[in-house]
Amino acid sequence: MADPMRIRARIEGDQCVVRVLIGHEMETGQRRDATGRLVPAWFIQRVTATTGGRVVFSASWGPAVSKNPVIQFSYAGARVGDRLQVTWVDTRGDRRTDEAVVSA
Amino acid sequence: MPEAGCRVAVIGASARRVARALVIAGIGLVTASAPARAQSPQDTAREIERYREAVADSSPGELWEIRGEDLWKTRRGPNKVSLEQCDLGEGPGVVAGALARLPRWFADAGRVMDLETRLLHCMVTLQGFEAAALQRQAFGSGEQRSDFEALSAWIAAESRGRTLVPPLDHPAEQAAWRLGRELFFVRGGTHDFACTTCHAQSGRRIRLQELPNLSRPEEARRVLVTWPAYRVSQGEMRTLQWRMNDCFRQQRFPDLVFGSDVSVALLSYLLNNARGAALAGPGVRR
Amino acid sequence: MRRSIVFDRAGRPWQAGRLALGTALLTLAGCVFVPASISGPAPAAGAGSESALLTIPREPGDAERARAALDRSFVARGQAGLDRLKQDAAQRLCSEAEAAGKAVTDEQAQAIERENQALIRWPAAGTSFLGDWRAGERIAQSGVGRQWSDPPDATAGGNCYACHQLSPDELSYGTLGPSLLRYAVLRAQMPRAELERYTYGRIYNPQAWQACSNMPRFGTHGILAEAQIRDLVALLLAADSPVNR
Repeated sequence: MADPMRIRARIEGDQCVVRVLIGHEMETGQRRDATGRLVPAWFIQRVTATTGGRVVFSASWGPAVSKNPVIQFSYAGARVGDRLQVTWVDTRGDRRTDEAVVSA
Repeated sequence: MPEAGCRVAVIGASARRVARALVIAGIGLVTASAPARAQSPQDTAREIERYREAVADSSPGELWEIRGEDLWKTRRGPNKVSLEQCDLGEGPGVVAGALARLPRWFADAGRVMDLETRLLHCMVTLQGFEAAALQRQAFGSGEQRSDFEALSAWIAAESRGRTLVPPLDHPAEQAAWRLGRELFFVRGGTHDFACTTCHAQSGRRIRLQELPNLSRPEEARRVLVTWPAYRVSQGEMRTLQWRMNDCFRQQRFPDLVFGSDVSVALLSYLLNNARGAALAGPGVRR
Repeated sequence: MRRSIVFDRAGRPWQAGRLALGTALLTLAGCVFVPASISGPAPAAGAGSESALLTIPREPGDAERARAALDRSFVARGQAGLDRLKQDAAQRLCSEAEAAGKAVTDEQAQAIERENQALIRWPAAGTSFLGDWRAGERIAQSGVGRQWSDPPDATAGGNCYACHQLSPDELSYGTLGPSLLRYAVLRAQMPRAELERYTYGRIYNPQAWQACSNMPRFGTHGILAEAQIRDLVALLLAADSPVNR
C-alpha cells in the first residue's frame, strides 16, 4: 500500500499555504532496468485537494513529474482548524487520500 | 467561494528526469527565471542544487523518516517486539542524539558498531530476525525497501543539530579508528584503487563530481554530517553502509558485507575525522 | 603504552547557503505555476578554520590486521572474486608507505618499476602501436567493466575522462590525473617511434615508469586488450584526433 502523504497547511496572511510530499515511484515508462527491459509506466495522473467539500486545487500530471514529488499551493478563504483532504490517483488505479488540519 | 486561482510550485527533478523537466519548463516558460538551455552535466548539478534548496524543509527523505519511526515502534519479527528496547549506546530506547555518539564500543556485542550494524544487532537479538536475510535487503531499490534506510533516516533526524563526537576512550574504539585509517590506504582489485585514489586530495573531480579529501576534517565534516542522504539521482535514501559498499563496488573489489569489520572501521575513521560537526542528516545529495 | 589522541571539538555546523529557487513556470488547470522562493537555513558565519586531524600512531601489525579484516569482510559476487583482495608487491608496498604518511623508498620504487616493466607484453614485432582513434575515444568515454554489477562478458572501457581532460569538446572530465590535451603536440620533440612505444607501455602498465601511480595497469590487469590500448595510443597521438586538433 502506498505511503501516507506528508501534508502541511498553514495560514500565511490571507492565504493558506499547503505543502504536500507524496511517496510514489513515478515511473515514466521510458526507463530501462539493469537487463535492458522497459520499466512500465506508473505515475500519478490526478491530484486533488478539497476542503469543506470544495476543490481548492487539482492537477493532471504526466510522467515528467519526479519520483517522490513535492507540491506547494496556496488558496484563500481558509480558517484555522479546517480539514483539508488531498487525494491522488495513479495509472494503476491506485489512490490514496490523506488529511491535514490547517494551522496558524 | 474564494477568489479563483492558486499558486503552485511543483518541486521535483531527479537526475534521470532533469532533461525532461527542462523541456516541459521550456514549453510553459512565462518569465526568465528558469532559463531553458541545452542539458549539460553542469546544468544537472545546478538543477540538483536548486532542488536541494527547494526541498530543504520538505525533503522526500521525510517519507523514510515516517516509516523509520513506525518500524522502531512496531512489534515485528519472530519475537513480535518493537525496537524500543534497542540500546544505541545512550541506553535502551534512547534515540535522541544517539547518532552523534556512534560508532562506539558495545560490551553486549563485544565489538565497535556504527548505527546500522547496531540496528542489525538489535533486529537479530531482540526481534529474532535472521541476520543474513536482513543483510540481503540492507539497501533498497524501487519497491524493495530497506528497513535500515528508513530507521537510519528517522534516527538521524532525531540527532539533527547534535555535535558529532564518537567516543574514543575504549581501546577497541581506538583500534577501529586505526584499522579504518589503514584500510583507507589499501590498494587492491583489478584497478589498484584505494579510498585514497579519489579521497586524499582536495579540489579534484572525477568527471564533474567533486571529490572530498576525507582526511581533512573540514571536508570530512561537510560531507559526513549529511548522511544518511536522499539521493536525487536514485530517488532513494542512502546510508553510510551503502556508501562504503558502493565505493568498493566502484573500486572493483568484491561485495562488502553489511556490518562487517571493514565497514565499521572505515566509518569509525571517517566519522572521527568529521568530529565536532553538527549533524544535518538526512541530507539531500546528488 | 600511552597514545596521543588529538582532536578538535571546535567544529562549526555546516549549513546550506541561502538561495532562492526558481522553478519552472507552467499554466495548468487554472493554476499559475510560479517560482517559489524558499529559504534555506541561514549561512554559517565566517569561514571554517582548519583543524587538526585526529591522530593515533600506527602500530606494528596494522597492515596485517587490515589484510585480515579484508579477508573476513567481503564476499565474492558476480565477476569479483576474493582473489581481488590479494595484493601484489606494488599494491602492498604503496599502501603501507602511504598509510605511514610516506612515499615508498627509492629502492622500493625502482624494484616496483623493474617488476612492472617485465609485466608489459608488447605487440608483436611489425604491429603498429596506433589503432583507430575514433574507437579510442569510445573506450576513453566508457566506464563499463570489472565491477561485480557489470556483466562478466562486457568489454571494459578505459574511463580515461573520469580523470583526464582529453578533448576540448568533452567538458565532463575529471582532474585526478593531468590534462592530456595536445598530448602529441607537447611531445613533438620526442622521437616518434619512442613516443608511440612509451605511450603504449604507459597505458599498459603505468607503474613501469611511476611506482605507486594512481592509474590502473590496464594491460597487466587485463582490463583492456592490446587492440583497445592501441586505439587509445591513436587517440593520444593521431594528428587529427580531438586530443591534438
